[in-house]
Amino acid sequence: MNARSAIPLASAALALLALAFVVPAATAADTVDPVADAKAFQKFFTDKFPKLKPEDFVNGPYSMNEDLHRQWEEKEQFPPYEFSLEAGKEMFTKPFKNGKSFEDCFPNKGIGIRQNYPYFDEKEGKVVTLELALNRCREASGEAPLSYVRDDMAALTAYMAFTSRGKPMDIKLPNDPRALEAYQQGKEYFYTRRGQLNFSCATCHVQSPGERIRAEVLAPALGILNAMPIYRSEWSGMGTTSRRFTTCNSQIRGVPLDPQADEYRDLEYYLSYVSNGLPISGPGARP
Amino acid sequence: MASTIRVRATSNGDTTEVQALIQHPMDSGFVKDAKGDIIPAHFIQELTFEYDGKAVFVADWGGGVSKDPYVKFAFKGGKKGDDLKVSWVDNKGATDTTTAKIQ
Repeated sequence: MNARSAIPLASAALALLALAFVVPAATAADTVDPVADAKAFQKFFTDKFPKLKPEDFVNGPYSMNEDLHRQWEEKEQFPPYEFSLEAGKEMFTKPFKNGKSFEDCFPNKGIGIRQNYPYFDEKEGKVVTLELALNRCREASGEAPLSYVRDDMAALTAYMAFTSRGKPMDIKLPNDPRALEAYQQGKEYFYTRRGQLNFSCATCHVQSPGERIRAEVLAPALGILNAMPIYRSEWSGMGTTSRRFTTCNSQIRGVPLDPQADEYRDLEYYLSYVSNGLPISGPGARP
Repeated sequence: MASTIRVRATSNGDTTEVQALIQHPMDSGFVKDAKGDIIPAHFIQELTFEYDGKAVFVADWGGGVSKDPYVKFAFKGGKKGDDLKVSWVDNKGATDTTTAKIQ
């Protein structure tokens, strides 16, 4: 009896020993290296779609499918986001009750700065997205915050994106462990499966861009936020990044978080960072 | 208020190609809001494009047309620099008109 049980014991001890050796190696592999991450991420897409130039990816499904591309070119002559863009410009420059306006809250009066959002705020220790910054600006002037998923917010970000078109996404990672952690959390959120369908963001947007999901063509994750906000024909209206994240989560039958929850902010940070260098193309139009 | 109509008309000598985008909710009257109340029907009933005092395109629309509708058509004739008048009337009697130069 004793001799028999000694054998498994010994092998268990060996296994433990082996584990002890593996653990330090595993932590080394887990070290966050965003620069290498972004490079590998972009390489994955350019290898998968060798015909596309890096800047094509920001056009989402239109870069994946020729028919769609032709339809889109025609659509862009009279883009459906035009009304929203005009409304956004008016809202952005119109003073609040206290005389200040959005222009006072942003560097360069908010013109041509979309590519710098989201950024990591070292004072707050959290990621600040453009939508969040817009609402904070309103609140600082005593105005009620806008809904993150409705048209007004999209109109504002549409105007800001439009004035930044063509500028390369330029997300900075400050030398702050919390920024790195936010990045890592965002990455984890992106690759974690959830919902009844057990999909992660990556299931559709890394594994299957260009494939159809029902009648629609999936967009690549690379550059997906560069086109935000978007006019979606399916929604007959504009959608913000917040709207995109929450509806993505409900579509996989998960429970969406509140717009601008920490997880979504981190996700936006990660996803924007790995698309660094790709031009801003928003506002976009999607089927 | 800014016009609800955007038009672009381009002539190639023989024909003029017209594109227009109109901002309108186009509620069919069959949709309920979040509270369960019916959103009353509100849609464009007639859309007219006039050139040289003559209607070149008239659309009789109903609630089945999408929100912020887009129209594209071509007609024979039309000279660069001439006016093209666009107007719509909806089921509540509201209306809007704009005039665009053919390019």
